[in-house]
Amino acid sequence: MTTTTDHNHPITTPEVGGIGHSIKRHEDDRLIQGAGNFVDDIVLPGMLHMTLVRSPWAHATINGIDSSAAEAIDGVVAVVTGELLAEYNLAWMPTLSGDTQAVLATDKVRYQGQEVAAVIATDPYVARDGADAVVVDYDPLPVITNPMQGLESDAPIIRTDLEDKEDNVVYEWEAGDAAATEEAFAKADRVVTVETHYPRSHPAPLETCGIIADVSPVTGEATLYMTSQAPHAHRTVFALVAGLPEQNIRIISPDLGGGFGNKVPVYPGYVVATAASLVIGKPVKWIETRYENLISTGFARDYYMKGELAVTNEGKILGLKVDMLSDQGAFFADAQPSKLRAGLFEIVTGSYDLQAAHVTTKGVYTNKAPGGVAYRCSFRVTEASYLIERLVQNAAYELEMDPAEFRSMNFIQPDQFPYESATGLVYDSGDYETAMRKAMEMIGYDELRVEQAKAREEGRLVGIGIASFTDIVGAGPSKDYDIIGLKMFDSAELRVHPTGKAILKLGVKTQGQGHETTFAQIVAEELGIPATDIKVVHGDTDNTPYGLGTYGSRSTPVAGAATAIVARNLRDKARDIAAHMLEASADDLEWENGKFSVKGSPDSSVSIQDIAFAAYTNLPEGMQAGLEGVHYYDPPNLTYPFGTYIVAVEIDAGTGQWKVDRMVAVDDCGVRINPMIVDGQIHGGLTEGYAMSNMQFMTFDDDGNCLTAHFDSYMIPTAWETPRFELGETITPSPHHPIGAKGVGESATVGSPAAYVNAIIDALQHRGVTNIDMPVLPDRVWQALQDSEG
Amino acid sequence: MQITVTVNGAEHSADVEPRTLLVDFIRSDLRLTGTHIGCDTTACGVCTVLLDGTPVKSCTVFAVQANGRSITTVEGLKQNGDLHPIQVAFKEEHGLQCGFCTPAMMLVGSKLIEDNPNPTEDEVRWAISGNLCRCTGYVNIVKSIQLAGKMATAGSDS
Repeated sequence: MTTTTDHNHPITTPEVGGIGHSIKRHEDDRLIQGAGNFVDDIVLPGMLHMTLVRSPWAHATINGIDSSAAEAIDGVVAVVTGELLAEYNLAWMPTLSGDTQAVLATDKVRYQGQEVAAVIATDPYVARDGADAVVVDYDPLPVITNPMQGLESDAPIIRTDLEDKEDNVVYEWEAGDAAATEEAFAKADRVVTVETHYPRSHPAPLETCGIIADVSPVTGEATLYMTSQAPHAHRTVFALVAGLPEQNIRIISPDLGGGFGNKVPVYPGYVVATAASLVIGKPVKWIETRYENLISTGFARDYYMKGELAVTNEGKILGLKVDMLSDQGAFFADAQPSKLRAGLFEIVTGSYDLQAAHVTTKGVYTNKAPGGVAYRCSFRVTEASYLIERLVQNAAYELEMDPAEFRSMNFIQPDQFPYESATGLVYDSGDYETAMRKAMEMIGYDELRVEQAKAREEGRLVGIGIASFTDIVGAGPSKDYDIIGLKMFDSAELRVHPTGKAILKLGVKTQGQGHETTFAQIVAEELGIPATDIKVVHGDTDNTPYGLGTYGSRSTPVAGAATAIVARNLRDKARDIAAHMLEASADDLEWENGKFSVKGSPDSSVSIQDIAFAAYTNLPEGMQAGLEGVHYYDPPNLTYPFGTYIVAVEIDAGTGQWKVDRMVAVDDCGVRINPMIVDGQIHGGLTEGYAMSNMQFMTFDDDGNCLTAHFDSYMIPTAWETPRFELGETITPSPHHPIGAKGVGESATVGSPAAYVNAIIDALQHRGVTNIDMPVLPDRVWQALQDSEG
Repeated sequence: MQITVTVNGAEHSADVEPRTLLVDFIRSDLRLTGTHIGCDTTACGVCTVLLDGTPVKSCTVFAVQANGRSITTVEGLKQNGDLHPIQVAFKEEHGLQCGFCTPAMMLVGSKLIEDNPNPTEDEVRWAISGNLCRCTGYVNIVKSIQLAGKMATAGSDS
């Protein structure tokens, strides 16, 4: 696999705006004028408003619910409880991981913020008054707030609803080869260990979750305006949960104010609002508050990880062992492929050629909110990437080698691709050394090391951290990847109109990634129709082909491939029409710049627009009219974006505060469809990585009270704290993707946390500090310094 | 309570509950939905509007407090059919992704460049530090506001 800097793009003219052009985004025109259409912006005639009553306790028996005071409030239409839902068999629902979750609690509550009742009213303020007036009689129970507690022999059983459940274990999972790993460890000169907690986080898109459920009492048709990253999969789940005929359910996911994985699961509020609309016969709107979003919807991470790396004194990695405990919360509601209990954690061998690896994970129920979503990452990949990059950095210190040179000695080499990893993944392509050297050159690595040595002499704490990550995205090949049985293909439907303009319909759904622009560019590339002449439709199940949705950076790898192929299929038909128009044999035609011309007679040509018109006006005999098609793409493999991030920090030894001086990010996501948008995705991911390393985490007290339930405690970096980023690129196309693209939305969130933390550890390792858990808060740094001096 | 508020140049009179938040009045009563709600606690800033020309977070202002005053929302940025330079610049510099924080960012940016048409990067970052964005890492928002300042200056010079 060769690495190039331009990969021969762009091929099309700027007017056509195909692959490689940083064209401006089509979706911006409405968004900059305040004319976006978010769920909460929609108002339907007669619409009612719903507020959920939530548990203040993390674990408690429900003795009774008194809704009489709420029902007496003028404007309150109904109070819904779990008992009422049970009459419709809706008190429980399936999760995307094959567990069950309470819609409204009937027996007991299992986490703070759990849904207990719902108040429906004519006005949102009155609905809140009603919720405040509902009185629930609870008996508190002992609380489990971490997986270690959950495994204790006398731990209370959280899932008493599950028949014969006698412990709090959700699952046990392993990957790799235990015997081969033991053998590799037996040969090692040293074993380097990192034990760390990847803290609970929350995607916290600025738009919270919500729904307007509009079930027609006349036809029974349910139109659900929902904050959904996966509208088709959600339609099927609704059909299964509510027993509604699937053709009568239409999910419209309008503009989404960010998602980052938070809008993948099905939440109780969606189900209650739909049930309420069904029973009352009027549209019901439910929009979460931020507090509700943070305490009850899809969290991410919360892995207690122990990693061990077996190395030789010469600096060769021989093997990797990982053991983990995963805090799943009260219901197993991870949004990830059915067969993968720990997501794609197998990527934990990272960018390194090692002989053997063995990974074990145990998932545990706790009295915390369910979720386990892939927050801007592809199913547990951030945790895996973080662990291996922390281990590699610490191994280099142990061997007294430069961390860059240690990585270099162990990288998978370009000629080893496709590369089968010790955990059984087949990496498609990569050139890790080139990306790392480019990042080192950009940041001036050697000079920085000299400056660091000087700073140390002056007593200043300066560190340089590297992460050479390998991401894994684009789930996935249907033989291995499904969500509740639905294979993880994706789709594109393309229609070219008589005037040569086109409409592209997708099963995936943007949350800000710019699908309306980049997917038009793929069509522009393949058909020569200007991207501005192509309308992209998505997020409406009645008007788009089936797909599994947008998460895990899968839109470009899967739906992008479907788009390229459907466009190519139309080009094949266009060739036959062109042959008819030019009175030539189809074999004698060549395609260039949106035109078919007769070989050797470039003047004898027809444009794609001429052909489109002919498809409706002047067809060869026997050919079906129209120029349209649909393609469902089943990817042959996942894609493996990669890159190297390098961070330089300085720590204030007095306060423990740390500041990023430089942040260089070299990403290789294969072919870049719209470089401007790719850079924007990386900026966002680097910021979220910074957030997790520095300030952003969900934490609880011993009673299970969430201490980070608002944005004044769940810290998100502002423009002021956010570091400045310097971006670079290499381009190593995916060999199996039709346009060579790999997906990029999540690389920076996956790769960057380790770079920031490695930089901090690099500044402190001469003092004997080998680990500080994220977020690396000033007091944790300060404490580590005190301990190291003690 | 009876209030009269001038919004984007047009006068609106309404009878509102004392507890009605300004953001709800703007979104629900006036149906100007470009002003968003993100946190309910004055932290995220997506509800920012200009109250007598000054950015305020409208989730923490009661509608009655706006009585007799003048409000600009994102819908009021466009003048005589022409986009405000800040709107043009946000598209040009890819200053938005999901677009949820964008109306507020543009309003804060428009106020900044009105006072300081040529702000430094630090000045822009400080000015927008009351507004969160989860998508962009702020990089292109900063560039957009700086470009808008240049465009506005060039526009007023010509």
